[in-house]
Amino acid sequence: MKPAFSVILFTVASGAGFGLIMLAILFDLFGLGGGFTRETLLQAGVGAFVLITVGLLASTAHLANPKNAWRSFTRFKTSWLSKEGVFAVIFYPFFLLYLLGVYLGGGATPGWALAAGVIAFVLGLLTLFSTGMIYASLKTIRQWSNPLVPVNYLAMGFMTGVLLLYALGLGDLAGVEGQLGLAAALIALAAIVKATYYFWIARPAGPTINTATGFTRARVRILDPGHGHGTFLTHEFGYQPPAGLTVALKVAVFVLAYALPLAMLWPAAEAPGSGAMWVAAVSALAGAAVERWLFFAEARHVVNLYHGAQTT
Amino acid sequence: MKLGLVIDLDTCVGCHACATACKEWNASGVTGPLSDYDPYGAEPSGVWFNRIRHFEVGEYPENKTVNFPMSCLHCENAECVTVCPTGASIKREEDGIVLVDQDKCMGCNLCAWACPYGARELDETSGTMKKCTLCVDRIYDEELEERERQPACVLACPAHARMFGDLEDAESAVGETVRARGGFSLMPELGYEPTNQYLPPRSSRPIPTDDLPKPSTRDKVKEWTNKVVNR
Repeated sequence: MKPAFSVILFTVASGAGFGLIMLAILFDLFGLGGGFTRETLLQAGVGAFVLITVGLLASTAHLANPKNAWRSFTRFKTSWLSKEGVFAVIFYPFFLLYLLGVYLGGGATPGWALAAGVIAFVLGLLTLFSTGMIYASLKTIRQWSNPLVPVNYLAMGFMTGVLLLYALGLGDLAGVEGQLGLAAALIALAAIVKATYYFWIARPAGPTINTATGFTRARVRILDPGHGHGTFLTHEFGYQPPAGLTVALKVAVFVLAYALPLAMLWPAAEAPGSGAMWVAAVSALAGAAVERWLFFAEARHVVNLYHGAQTT
Repeated sequence: MKLGLVIDLDTCVGCHACATACKEWNASGVTGPLSDYDPYGAEPSGVWFNRIRHFEVGEYPENKTVNFPMSCLHCENAECVTVCPTGASIKREEDGIVLVDQDKCMGCNLCAWACPYGARELDETSGTMKKCTLCVDRIYDEELEERERQPACVLACPAHARMFGDLEDAESAVGETVRARGGFSLMPELGYEPTNQYLPPRSSRPIPTDDLPKPSTRDKVKEWTNKVVNR
C-alpha cells in the first residue's frame, strides 16, 4: 500500500494531541503529583489544539473531492470514518470549554470545566479508537484487520502525549520518579503492542491467488494483468517496500519511539527542567511517524492477488 | 431481486470486448465520463469498470490458460457501502445494484480499500469514485428492444461467456446455469457474498494422440534437416 504523507501526519499529530490533552485533563482532575500549574495546562491545551487541528486539516488533503467533505458526518451509524469525524468535531467545544475554565480558574480549575474536560477525555478516546477501527474494519487487508490496530493507535497516542506533557511541565510535579514510572509504563505498553503486532503479521494468512480465482486445487500464476501501464489499483495498492528496508525501519521504530525515550527518563529524573524530556518527545514523534509509514507500506491488499501476488 | 452477472471461464477467450463495450457505453452513461490519462502517450491509463486478467492454472502439460474478466460483483454484504462516510455509496434494495452517487462522493478511497475485488477506481479528473453500474441506465430502458435491455458487456461478448439475470431466482436462466455448471464465488472466505458467479472450465477428456500414425524415417530426416537449415 502506498503510504500517504497527509494520513501519516494526521494520525501521528492528532494522536499525540489527543494523548497530550487527555492526560493533562486526567492529571488536573485527580491532582496527580500535585497537579500541573495553570501555565503548563494552558501550554498543553494550545499544543494539543495545534496538533489536533493540523492533523485534521491534513486528513482532508488526501480527499480527491474535498468540497463534499461535510457529507462525511452523515453516516455515523455505519462508517468508522464518519464516527471519527463526528467525535473529533464534538470534542472541540468541550475541549475549549475546559481550556477556558483553566484560564479563568487561576490555578484551580472550576468544576464545570472539569466536567467538560471529562467529556472531552471520553470523546478524544473515542476519536482515537475510531481512527484505529477505520483500518481494523477492513477485511481486505489482513495486516490491518487485527484487534491490536486500534490498541496501537491508543497506545501510541498516550505514549507521545505523556512525553509531550512531561516535556512541558515535569518540573511542576512532586515525586518526579513516580511520574516517570507512568511514562515508562506507557512506553513499555506501546512497545509490547507493536512487537506483538509485528509478530502476528509476519506469517502469510488469509486469501491466496487460489481462493481469489476459485482454482483451489492447482497452482495458479498470472500471465498478464490485462493493463499496460498501471491502474488506480496498482497505484494505490501495488507499492511494496523492499524487505531490507522494512527490517531497518522496524529497528528505527524501536530505537526512536521506545528505547531512546525510555533512556531519556533517567536524565529527566536527575534534572526535571532539562531538555531530556523534549529529546524523548521529539524522538517518539519521529518514531511514531516511521511506525505509521510502515503500517501503510506493509499493508498488502487482497486485490494484489489479481495482479500477480500469490499470497497476502 | 439480485441482479448480477454469470461469467463462463470455459468460453471466455480473453478478447477484452466486454471491457471496451463497457467503456464505450459508460463513458456517456450515468457516471461518465471515464477519464483517460495520457491516452496516446507512452504510459496510457484511465478509469475502467471491467478488467480482464489472464492466468495459467495447473502445471504443464496439465495446464490451461484462464481468461478472467472482473467487474463489480454487487456483493450482498457490500462493505464498500458500509464504510462510506458520505452516503455516496449505496446498494439498491430493489435489485441489489451497488452504485456511487457522484454528487455526494468526497474521494476518500475508503470504499476502494474495502473492496477485495478491485471493482472501484477513482477518477482523478472528477475526484470521485467510479464503478460498474450493471448498466442501470440500459437494463430498465423501455425505449430499447427487450433483448437490448442487458449490460453492454453481455451484449458485446462474442463467446457468450457473460450472462445477465436475477441470481436470487433459482429457476431463472442464470440460476439454472450456475446450478448445472457448479458456479462459484470469488474469495468466499471474506464473507462479502458476491452476487456475480463464475463458471469453472468444463473438464474435457484429453484428445488421444496414440492412434496417430508414427512419423516415418523419411519424415524424421526431413524434420531434422529443417531444424538444421533454420539454424
